[in-house]
Amino acid sequence: MSRPEHQAPPELFYNENEAKKYTQNSRMIDIQVQMSERAIELLALPDDEPHFLLDLGCGSGLSGSVLEDQGHRWVGFDISSAMLDVALEREVEGDLLLGDLGQGLPFRAGAFDGAVSISALQWLCNADKTSHHPTKRLYKFFSSLYSCLSRTARAVFQFYPENSDQMELMTTQAMKAGFFGGVVVDYPNSTKAKKFFLVLMCGGAAPLPKAMVEAEEEERISYSSKRDQLKKMRGKPLKRSKEWILEKKERRRRQGKPTKSDTKYTGRKRSGRF
Amino acid sequence: MKLLTHNMLTSKCLKGVNVGYPLGIVAKDIKVLETEFNSEFVLRIIPKLDWDTLWNAADSIGHSGDLPRTLCDDYENDVEFLKKAHHVLLEVEVINGELVCPESGRKFAINKGIPNMLLNEDEL
Ligand SMILES: C[S@@+](CC[C@H](N)C(=O)[O-])C[C@H]1O[C@@H](n2cnc3c(N)ncnc32)[C@H](O)[C@@H]1O
Repeated sequence: MSRPEHQAPPELFYNENEAKKYTQNSRMIDIQVQMSERAIELLALPDDEPHFLLDLGCGSGLSGSVLEDQGHRWVGFDISSAMLDVALEREVEGDLLLGDLGQGLPFRAGAFDGAVSISALQWLCNADKTSHHPTKRLYKFFSSLYSCLSRTARAVFQFYPENSDQMELMTTQAMKAGFFGGVVVDYPNSTKAKKFFLVLMCGGAAPLPKAMVEAEEEERISYSSKRDQLKKMRGKPLKRSKEWILEKKERRRRQGKPTKSDTKYTGRKRSGRF
Repeated sequence: MKLLTHNMLTSKCLKGVNVGYPLGIVAKDIKVLETEFNSEFVLRIIPKLDWDTLWNAADSIGHSGDLPRTLCDDYENDVEFLKKAHHVLLEVEVINGELVCPESGRKFAINKGIPNMLLNEDEL
């Protein structure tokens, strides 16, 4: 089947029938939730604090529920009232707005601590009306997003690019609007698990977070699978154990935060003598 | 629409509108829904707010209660105050009504709690 964006404009494609899938199709729900969790991880918010976030193309509120589960408050923005109705049915805590991302975001400067967007951005590359210019719409969207985020915020978009030109178009417009960042490709060698995340940062250039890779590619395969087994046996690793530190560092690396490399000294008791 | 969202909303996407803030509220139907109080969140959000706009918005729909008109200096330690702010920001919801652009008078309908911010092509 052809790509959804080629079939109809989003406000028509996401009708009641399509919206129903977001409450009934468990595979679709699982994928949305997984991608949302990864997107939040890439936001690299300071640990354990509630933040005020935006969900762009929030649809049925699946991604928003993941934000809630992690203790954040959110505002969702979507062009499809059928999808937003599902979000209402789901009784999400986030506040919802009906609007078109390509017309710009209607928020005050610095309002939000971050933004996520799951499977929506590719829609902006389409011209659904003769008056639509994808380049202009993308620029308007990114520049309005840049201004409504706080200075150190990130915006993370999981999206389905049609080709490399499209990816280039999005990235160029985002940089023109003031963002730093780029595309992180998780599981690049898997046809099924491969996922694209555009990671945008407001506060200056920083290294892009590390992509997820297939287990077979991982050098530390034997180690990490051993760790997983141990973890399953014991549940969460003992606080501040070596396991715990390594896991925390691994999480920081995946978020692209500066992290010291692991050595044989990691997690060892300090002797107390200097 | 919660008043926290209202505090962040503008109509500046309209052609010819410069600031588009604050939007007026015409409330036909209001609901009060309790949600969990989290002082950390309230503390984090207060510096981002336009307090006058919050107070006026709450007052205009009859829900300012005893929310202070201005922020006092040591509000961080005043749990009673933080609870009042939480209530006005997150528990009072406009379910049906309109938002009004202060510059152009353009109205944005609110249905089922969702403001419709879609613009016509000729308004861009
Ligand atoms: C795959 S769905 C995302 C689902 C959502 N993450 C959820 O949890 O249900 C993509 C969403 O993007 C929205 N969308 C597409 N183009 C849009 C636009 N120009 N403005 C706002 N939303 C848009 C669609 O209406 C749809 O709800």
